[in-house]
Amino acid sequence: MADARTEVLARIRKALGDRPSPVVVPREYHRTGPGSLDLFAERVADYRATVHQVAPDGLVDLITSLLAGRRIVAPADLPPDWLVDQVTWLTDSPPLTVEDLDGSDGVLTGCAVAIADTGTIVLDAGVAQGRRVLTLLPDYHLCVVRASQVAATVPEALARLDAVRPLTFISGPSATSDIELSRVEGVHGPRTLEVVILRD
Amino acid sequence: MGTRNPVTWLGSPKFPDAARTALANTQLRSNLRKATGTIRGRRAAAVDEMPDWEDLRLAGEALKDEVLANLDVYLERLEKSVTERGGVVHWARDAAEANEIVLRLVRETGSDEVVKVKSMATAEIGLNEALEAGGVTAIETDLAELIVQLGNDRPSHILVPAIHRNRSEIREIFRREMPDVPEGLTDEPRDLAEAARAHLRRKFLSAKVAVSGANFAVADTGSIVVLESEGNGRMCLTLPETLITVMGIEKLVPTWSDLEVFLQLLPRSSTAERMNPYTSVWTGVTPGDGPQAFHLVLLDNGRTSTLADEVGRQALRCIRCSACLNVCPVYERTGGESYGSVYPGPIGAILTPQLVDDPHDKQAASLPFASSLCGACYEVCPVRINIPEVLTHLRARSVTARGRSPESIAMAAAAWVFSSPSRYERAQKLATFAKLISRNGRITRLPGPGAAWTSSRDAPVPAKQSFRAWWKENRG
Repeated sequence: MADARTEVLARIRKALGDRPSPVVVPREYHRTGPGSLDLFAERVADYRATVHQVAPDGLVDLITSLLAGRRIVAPADLPPDWLVDQVTWLTDSPPLTVEDLDGSDGVLTGCAVAIADTGTIVLDAGVAQGRRVLTLLPDYHLCVVRASQVAATVPEALARLDAVRPLTFISGPSATSDIELSRVEGVHGPRTLEVVILRD
Repeated sequence: MGTRNPVTWLGSPKFPDAARTALANTQLRSNLRKATGTIRGRRAAAVDEMPDWEDLRLAGEALKDEVLANLDVYLERLEKSVTERGGVVHWARDAAEANEIVLRLVRETGSDEVVKVKSMATAEIGLNEALEAGGVTAIETDLAELIVQLGNDRPSHILVPAIHRNRSEIREIFRREMPDVPEGLTDEPRDLAEAARAHLRRKFLSAKVAVSGANFAVADTGSIVVLESEGNGRMCLTLPETLITVMGIEKLVPTWSDLEVFLQLLPRSSTAERMNPYTSVWTGVTPGDGPQAFHLVLLDNGRTSTLADEVGRQALRCIRCSACLNVCPVYERTGGESYGSVYPGPIGAILTPQLVDDPHDKQAASLPFASSLCGACYEVCPVRINIPEVLTHLRARSVTARGRSPESIAMAAAAWVFSSPSRYERAQKLATFAKLISRNGRITRLPGPGAAWTSSRDAPVPAKQSFRAWWKENRG
């Protein structure tokens, strides 16, 4: 008997004996959109996440007011000025254990891209984001989004991302619709999501 | 390989019998009416917000058709790109072979426990039972799957397998089955979610192996995509050392940018959200981040035989959103279990019998009749699967397979027509007209007196000339 791979491929070729004619994909849908920072802020808030908007010179004060007195996980390459004094920083270098992360009060990161239409932030394990697990185990996630990182639409956002990096699309705090198909926030991922929009 | 396809549950009654039992269950009907009513309204709002929704549907349909038309090419491309990024690709002809592969991979890690992300493919092949038989415990981590597993129940919906349970029933299941259930657990969804969080936390932190499905796989890049809400998926995809993903061979998209269509269609169609809380994308293995061993199991299990049917193959476009279940008047009244399969509702009625691919399986053959052909499912389908068309097509196939040709059914109907001369004259005129509405040599809908029986089966195209007319012309 042929191996499974050979056999499955042979079955497909037989099934496609009629070789359906080439498909032309119609692309009339919107690739770009008007999207704005206000729309992004509104849509993030719709998920019951908290949204702050600050000018760059207000960021350090905002971080201090939100995180003071807490034990916060920091990716190894977080911008040094974000590491304000009043916070106990748990820096992921050397790598933190899952127990360290589980026992923390929260995590502070940047992001790779955001999407105005859907109120989504995307992490790609790049600068100021760290490993995927850093934003998963802490129960609180504070994410800084620069205005220039906000794309209007899903197609625009995907065009800015590198598919082969580990990606996490985050739209609000963890939630479930599994009880009577109504959404409730707060299951396994962070139960509180705060987003800071850094206006240039 | 000759083994039974576990996509249907052994011993399930035929749909009409199962439906009759379910209809007597008023609690079930009330739970379903409430849940599907809620989601219908929310989905409509989420879709109305999109001025280009129909354009997205057309693109989604065409992309899936393109994948199916060149499935062998795209699968080989995916295999190459996953392998290049450090993943290992396995092929499985059927459920038994897929289960064997997964069990072997789990054993090789030395673990006797796996955490699972909700996955239709692994439910379809009965993976949990197969692992159990092999001494490996599978822990479902999706809230609804956990409710089904703890309640020793069967799934009744694609997206929310415990949709037939209301909040107070869920509280009772948790109280009975969770060893660490909090004192004074209420039936508030927030409290129930919190109980699940606490119950699974330690399992996540210590898990060595995870098993997942996949919503999409990008052929060009080898990237695998999982959409979820709770974060249980991220736990499984990030924490364990080994990740095993079981995926139907049809779940491909050609390129990364093609995902832009489905990441818009799927969340709004399934949970009626602009975007689901979490979507994870990974490609092979990333050093220092997430599982360091990744296995992808490509599953046929009836998909290639479905692909061989020119009309029926469109069922393979399905992205498992469950919008068709939520709008179906039959599903709302009978519930999911009546379909006897992990794939219930309108999509189940066309997908399940094709995956089973056994003309002698009476239960599977009864599923295409579980519909009033109202067409609501087609209207909401994000990839435009013409479910009514496939239903009537499969009905005709099933009638032929039963050894009663469509002609023999036509004869039975004719007996009724013959019993009245005026009825006969009328039927003849209508039957001539019926030629105009036939497709592929079969009539799917007859006007007038023919309607009652073609609503559940197809009729053959009548002869161009009636026998009486022919007799008049040639012998008269």
